[in-house]
Amino acid sequence: MTKARRIAAIALLLLTGASLFAGWIARHPYQKQYREAIASPPAAGFPLGTDELGRDRFSRLLHGMRISLLLAPAAALLSTTLAALLGLTAGFLGGWWDRAVTGATDLFLSLPWFFLIITVRALLPLNVAPETSVLITFGLLGLLGWASPARVIRSAVRSLERSDFLLRARAAGSSNPRLLFIHLLPNLAPVLMAQFWIAVPLFLLSEADLGLLGLGVVEPLPSLGNLLRELANFSAVAGNPWMLAPAAAVMTFVGGLHFLLAPRSGAGT
Amino acid sequence: MKRSLLTALAALSLAWGQGGELRFCLRAEPKTFHPHKVVDEASDTVRYLTGGVLLRVNRKTQKLEPELATGWRIAADGRSITFDLRKDLFFSDGTPFDSADVVHTMAVLLEPETASPLAEPFRFGSGRLNTRAGGRHSVTITLPHPIGGFERLFDQIAILSSRSAIKEKAVLGPFLISERKPGAYLQLMRNPHYWKKDSHGRRLPYLDSIRLDIQSNRDAELLRYQRGQVHLLTSVDADHFDRLAASPHSGLADLGPSLDSEFLWFNQAPQAPIPAHKRAWFTSRNFRRAVSEIIRRDDLARVVFRGHAQPAAGPCSPANKLWFNSKLKPHAFDKKSALHRLAADGFRLQNGMLLDRHGNQVEFSLVTNAGNRTRERMAAMLQQDLAEIGIKLNIVTLDFPSLIERISRTLHYEASLLGFVNVDVDPTPQMNVWLSSASQHAWNPSQKTPATAWEAELDRLMRQQAAEWDFKKRKALYDKVQEIVWEQAPILYLVHKNVLIGVNPAVRNVVPSVLRPQTFWNPEFLALDGARISQRR
Repeated sequence: MTKARRIAAIALLLLTGASLFAGWIARHPYQKQYREAIASPPAAGFPLGTDELGRDRFSRLLHGMRISLLLAPAAALLSTTLAALLGLTAGFLGGWWDRAVTGATDLFLSLPWFFLIITVRALLPLNVAPETSVLITFGLLGLLGWASPARVIRSAVRSLERSDFLLRARAAGSSNPRLLFIHLLPNLAPVLMAQFWIAVPLFLLSEADLGLLGLGVVEPLPSLGNLLRELANFSAVAGNPWMLAPAAAVMTFVGGLHFLLAPRSGAGT
Repeated sequence: MKRSLLTALAALSLAWGQGGELRFCLRAEPKTFHPHKVVDEASDTVRYLTGGVLLRVNRKTQKLEPELATGWRIAADGRSITFDLRKDLFFSDGTPFDSADVVHTMAVLLEPETASPLAEPFRFGSGRLNTRAGGRHSVTITLPHPIGGFERLFDQIAILSSRSAIKEKAVLGPFLISERKPGAYLQLMRNPHYWKKDSHGRRLPYLDSIRLDIQSNRDAELLRYQRGQVHLLTSVDADHFDRLAASPHSGLADLGPSLDSEFLWFNQAPQAPIPAHKRAWFTSRNFRRAVSEIIRRDDLARVVFRGHAQPAAGPCSPANKLWFNSKLKPHAFDKKSALHRLAADGFRLQNGMLLDRHGNQVEFSLVTNAGNRTRERMAAMLQQDLAEIGIKLNIVTLDFPSLIERISRTLHYEASLLGFVNVDVDPTPQMNVWLSSASQHAWNPSQKTPATAWEAELDRLMRQQAAEWDFKKRKALYDKVQEIVWEQAPILYLVHKNVLIGVNPAVRNVVPSVLRPQTFWNPEFLALDGARISQRR
């Protein structure tokens, strides 16, 4: 493991650990408003100060990371699974199913999905708890994010279809399910992994984008997305660098993933 | 009073001379340049700067003053108003102004094709409005029935030329549109035929031109203001205000409470697709009052608006000098009283949760518009306040079109947090809110007959005040309206935001006002200190 990868792994470990044990590390509940101490700078009880409602920024960052860092991979898993199922079957079976899946993929890619999420979010029931709302947001991201990886996976299947090992398996009389799941799927593992790890930061940032519009995770739950919203007011950030902590957390997480998962130079894929 | 103010302004004007270009920002592209079709703030700004009106509301005194009319008389029965018009005035293209233009203006205004929002108050009730010229310089407008305070509507009705070939582009105001680059800016130049002169006989306006930059980003607007590239800020966020006000010569000022209010209401409509037990909560006066009494309005004003807001008692702000009912005070935080009211309706606290008499947990959603940080913060504070009496509040932020669809058409919501921008001090334009049959009767719109006795009383009082033209009688009637709203709390008024403005020290003669347009309501008298400007360039 290179030095950069080691650093990236440690940083990711620290971030994940801190967010998982947020309840123990943070001294204040993330939703508690200390209205006499609004927008205060870092102090003994508040390592990152308080926000505009007097809530502990440190506690909100840790809990926000927990939500985003748990749910972004979950949404990525959902979208990659959907993409694998559709891409694999389309590439392998061909014919009308391939045409249907390719058409659906093109349609999904051409949709302004960001606005689609906003629309779907507006159609959902109103009286949902914040915890359900956050699940809905990431669920939508997962359900709508399959098209691009499905296309990549389909292409990979098409290129593997004429490979020698598949030809031999076919000649040996392997059934279609066996060909798909025993022979093809293991060979697609690197592609699937890559698609999964690409989707994680993408969803993390998508939730942040929705948060910027006020449509992501609802109050009082924190997420990296709604914490990043504060940065939209750049004149407020100028004199208060501790407000950049959520941005630093996102950059560390996304950068860490890239360092950790980038193919090693000289290594074949 | 007015004469002394103008004399003082004119005397001061000698110190800096005429000319110069005033710059400020519009938040969006004006949607129309037809003065009768204005529905947005940007178009309204252009109308204000270019349009000539018969009467003008002095934004400082909130009283009407003559403009294109030298005087006006309301008939004893309150059904007609006669204007005496100024003589020898000309539109910007040189066509003369007389009573035919006023008749033409009213005809265009009331044409269904114009679809003017300004015409709505004149359409109240049955019958037709009649405009009749009594010679070249006198016009009488007769209404089918009296409309209280209708003379104030003429502050917004820009007079159109009946003879000009360029139609509504011929104006009587101090400026006219000279150049437009869509999405970038709008250039106004002084109207060479503008009629008004200062006390020294100098022709107004003092400024040569006004440049209106289209800038939707408030941060960018503030930055440009700090650099001296724009001279006026018409509304500043409380966050920005405190930061900028700390620097010397910032020119920022807090003018006190505005006419605007922030409020929440519960959906009481019987046709709304919400559970029956929730509708029963929302239609209970005790429940609404309990919620109102658990809200810390002082905290909302201090935390969300950084102290630049006042707790609200009702629809009328203390900024409205003419109509505010000073006997009413905001519902004070009183947890004991709130719990007492809830207990009277069978609610009980159990394990920190409020349950109704049937054992349903009291939980409801509050919709507000996404991306509005102020309202989201208010909602988060309400969430914590309501939790004190065991009410679970779920905040839902929706994009604006979805929100409007829910609160006005599908009625698929439980409670909503929104604000009201009030442009006029008179209560008559609020008929569309208070009448039970009105579509904007927020908590239970478009009722065939009033659902409650107090709504029937609101209908009666609002109709009576609208049909009355004696101010004292109207004030007594509207005071009663405010008292009913305070007592029944169909809308929980939370705060009145303060008017926060910025005026570059180089701009002279600004008379800040809480009424819109707060900084440039006397555009013909505004002037620039050339020395200061050149230093900044």
